[in-house]
Parts: sequence; C-alpha cells; structure tokens
Amino acid sequence: MGMSISQKILARVSRKKKVEPGEVVDAKVDLLMIHEITGAPAIRIFEKEFGGLVWDPNKIVVVEDHSVPCKDERAAENIATLEKFVEKQKITHYYPYGKGQYGICHALLPEEGLVLPGMLVLGGDSHTCTYGALGAFSSGVGHSEVANIMYTGELWLRVPETSKFIINGKLPPYVTAKDVILKIIGDIGVDGATYQAMEFSGPVIREMEVNERLVPSNMSVEAGAKTGIVEPDSKNISYLRARTNEEIDPVMNDPDVEYVDVRDYSGEMFEPLVAKPPLPSNVVPARELEGLLMDQAFIGSCTGGRITDLRMAAQILKGRKVKTRTIIIPATLKTYTQALKGGLIEIFTRAGAAVGSPTCGPCLGGHMGVLGDYKKCISATNRNFVGRMGSKKSEVYLASPPTVAASAVMGYICDPRDVK
Amino acid sequence: MKTLRGRVHVYGDDINTDVIIPGKYLDYDDPEYLGRHAMEGIDPEFVKKVRKGDILVAGRNFGCGSSREQAPVALKGAGISVIIAKFYARIFYRNATNIAIPPIEADIADRVSTGDELEINFETAEIRNLTKDEVYRMKAFPERIKAIIEAGGLIPYTKQRKGI
Repeated sequence: MGMSISQKILARVSRKKKVEPGEVVDAKVDLLMIHEITGAPAIRIFEKEFGGLVWDPNKIVVVEDHSVPCKDERAAENIATLEKFVEKQKITHYYPYGKGQYGICHALLPEEGLVLPGMLVLGGDSHTCTYGALGAFSSGVGHSEVANIMYTGELWLRVPETSKFIINGKLPPYVTAKDVILKIIGDIGVDGATYQAMEFSGPVIREMEVNERLVPSNMSVEAGAKTGIVEPDSKNISYLRARTNEEIDPVMNDPDVEYVDVRDYSGEMFEPLVAKPPLPSNVVPARELEGLLMDQAFIGSCTGGRITDLRMAAQILKGRKVKTRTIIIPATLKTYTQALKGGLIEIFTRAGAAVGSPTCGPCLGGHMGVLGDYKKCISATNRNFVGRMGSKKSEVYLASPPTVAASAVMGYICDPRDVK
Repeated sequence: MKTLRGRVHVYGDDINTDVIIPGKYLDYDDPEYLGRHAMEGIDPEFVKKVRKGDILVAGRNFGCGSSREQAPVALKGAGISVIIAKFYARIFYRNATNIAIPPIEADIADRVSTGDELEINFETAEIRNLTKDEVYRMKAFPERIKAIIEAGGLIPYTKQRKGI
C-alpha cells in the first residue's frame, strides 16, 4: 500500500523508509514558527529549562501578530522577550511589526516563500495547519513543545490517517474557498477529522489560486485535523518560484494510498454559507439568516485577510457605504501595500470602513474591535466559540469575505448575491 | 502515580480553549494567574468551586480550538489534577500530557455527577465511583504519552532522554 504525502514527509524526517498511520516517530523539524503569544512563554521555558543556543537559528521564524501594535504593557513585555531572543540567538527570520515586512504568521510565511512542499513545519499556533496547502506537513503545537523543539530540533508525532475531500465541477459566482471549508466542517463536525490529515483535491481546488487554497487548510483544525494538505501542482510551484530561490522538490501521494474516508462534492451545489455561534460546524446558508442585524463586520485574520479576500470584499464595497461598523485588516504589510496600489484601501475608506495595520487583533477578542455584551459580528475569521471576540454575551457568525462585505453594506446578514 | 482520588466537576461536549481560558488572558503564562480565570467562558463559578486535587470530567472533543497551552495550565492552576473525557482535541491532549495532567479517555460524563468522589487506578485502568458505587474502565495511555506523564511532563522527559 502506498504512502500519503503526510506519511512520506514524516518518514523522511524520522529517517525511516516507511511509516504507517498510528505510528509514533521522532521527527526532525524543518521550520519552527513562533509569535508573541506562545513564543514568549516558550522562550521563558527554553531559557529556564535548557538555556544556551537553539538547535538552528535559521530554522525558526519569529513573528509579531496577535497583540500588535502592542495593545498594552504586558503585550510590550512579550514583544521585548521576542526581541531579546532574536538578538541572543541570531535568528535569521524575524518580522518585527512596524519595521518593514511583517504580518499575521499564516499569511506571512507563505508570502515570504519560507514554506516549501515536503517540509515538516511546526508552529506555536493551531492554525499552523495552513501551510499544508503548499504541500508541507504542518501542524500546531503547544509552548512546551516549542521549547522542546528549540533545544532538540525534534518532536514526537503520531503519523495521521488521511481523509480526502474531492470538490468536483465549478464553484458558482460569489462562492469561495471559505464556503467550501464551512460546508465540509458543517458536514463532518468539529471532531470529524480529529487526528487526521485532511486532503483537499479536485477541479475546484485546482482552479483556486494558492491564496485561496490556504483557506480550507487553515480551517482544517476546526474539524479537529492535524493538517490540511493540497497536493502540489504547477500553480503551487509558480507561486513559490516567485518567492524563493530554494530548490523545490514536491512530495506527491503514491497512487495507491488508502484513505480513511473519501467524500465527493459537486461545486455547483455550494452557496454562500454562515457558521452560527457557538461552533464552526453550525453551518447554514447565508440566505437563511438574511435580515439578522449585525453590529460589526470584520474582514481580516489568517483566514480572510489576504489580497484575494480584500479584492472580493472590494468588489462588493465599491461605490457603496457600510451600514454596520466595519473593520478591515490586511493580513500582512505586503498585502496592505498591494491593496493600496490596487485602489482597494480607497474603496474601503470611501465605504466608511476602519482599515487597520496587520494584526490578528479582533479575531481572538484581543484588540482592534472587541465585542461588548449582546453585540453580533459577522467575520471572515475561523472561530465563533462563546466569548471568542469579547463578551460571553456577544456572538460571532463566520462567513466568506464577500458575505461579510455584503452584510456590512446591508447592516444585516446578507447573501452576496442579494446585496443592493 | 498509581492511584488518585478526587472530587468531580462535570461538563459537556466540545469544551473549547476559548472558554477554558479566554483570549484576553493569553499574554500571561503564570499558572496562578491563569488558574483564577479557568473555565471563565463557560462557568465563572468554577474557580470558586474547585479544590486542589479535583477531577474534571467531560464528553467529546475536550479542549478543541487553539493550541494555547495556557488552557491546561489554567486548569492545573485552578487545582485540577486529572481530566477524564470521552476523547480530546489533539493539541490539548498533547499540552495536558506535557504539563503532566493525565488526559484520561473514558466515556463517563453521562454516568457521573458533579460532586462524586472518584478513585482512579492507573495500574488496573479502572475508575471507581465511590459515591455511586460504580466502576468504569479507562483506555490505556499510548506508550509515548505514558512515558511523558511518568517523567513528569515533556521537559523532564526530554532531559532524561538527552541525559541532562
């Protein structure tokens, strides 16, 4: 029986010829990502328990995104911890906010060409699964594990089974990658892919730009998955070639992989969807919620803040005014610059939206748009658990960037096909 | 650890990391501070009710959501010594293991009540409900998980393996 991409990568990094799902391996990490929320505690553990130098300063990416520009003194302390670590360890890949290219980790690393197919990438953030869309095996770990990797360069991992999701046909207009993953999570539940690698394939996925493919992979953790893989193709290679001079050596599935589950979808059957609180799996058509008043609309985060997302939002917001408080945050500085050059920022500001500098901010109820009691937000983000964006009495509705933009214009949840 | 005895607090399915420790507390990693806000998203009274050595029992998919290690740290800081759930979200499962809070797998959330006294025997893999006079079985820990818990967490485990 053949090996999946996940098996092949984990076999290579554990120096084995073959690995089976369920097997535990000690894996050498190709790239470790940290940001200030899990990175600062990890650094403290590393310095207290191990000390000295990290295993490889060229294999750690240090990002500042969750609480920047520093939302309070404590955030400033965590950022200072990162700064000191970078200096002491001579970290190669450091993206300090406000000093040049910086942004949200899971938008930044692909943009900077740091992730290559076939790599094992671990990160102190659950959405590290995002890079699976580039054909890497990538997954989130906790901060003790980050400290462990900093010292040893390794971590134990259980080889996952793979479940395959084939999206056939073509998506209708206004239906996006976000709607695809929401539908899947709605079908299988928030534990539907626990411990698995999800694989997204089929003509609809092939048709998507790499930026769009990052979205289903990003939210695969919301179904409990370890990672969300898209098998590399020429689009993937072109995307990477434009961003790195490193050798690209894609890892592909063997033809006879045994999947633990295979689901076929027909693209034409998809429509704009919304995940109602309190779970990302609580998915209904946007039209079913039409008329539900929203207090805030947010476009941004590692799920909905890339240039592809901003373009879709701008299409709807152009020449219109928002009726609901709207916050738009490009995911990285390069994205922001692209949006400026493309006239998107002007469209957003003319529409009346608040446009912010790259940060995760509102997505996790941190800053830049925290929700108060009884406030409802429609958001192009990834989680809507109780209290996710602020008050326990607030509500978060997850949707695609066009659906969020349409709802911002109407002041209530609105299918982008129905916006006036 | 061979046996452990404690008082139970029962919760349901899909208890996620946002309710275990809300995002606004994530700038901190101090167990005592986090412990004062454990489960705040779902039960603000939790920290008042919990005593050191208590047991948290839950249903499906415990700990789903973020990779924040602050989640099991908060529970430990509040006094929880062990968690029993039908199954866990993977990052939480690892994080709890890594700070030596054994994440036991047993489907007992519908069988026990808050306030029950349980005695857990890790050797026989049995959970005895002293209040209801019932016995439940728990799943054996995977080898690697068992080794990490027995070493006292991931860092001691690594130190042992690397001889430091």
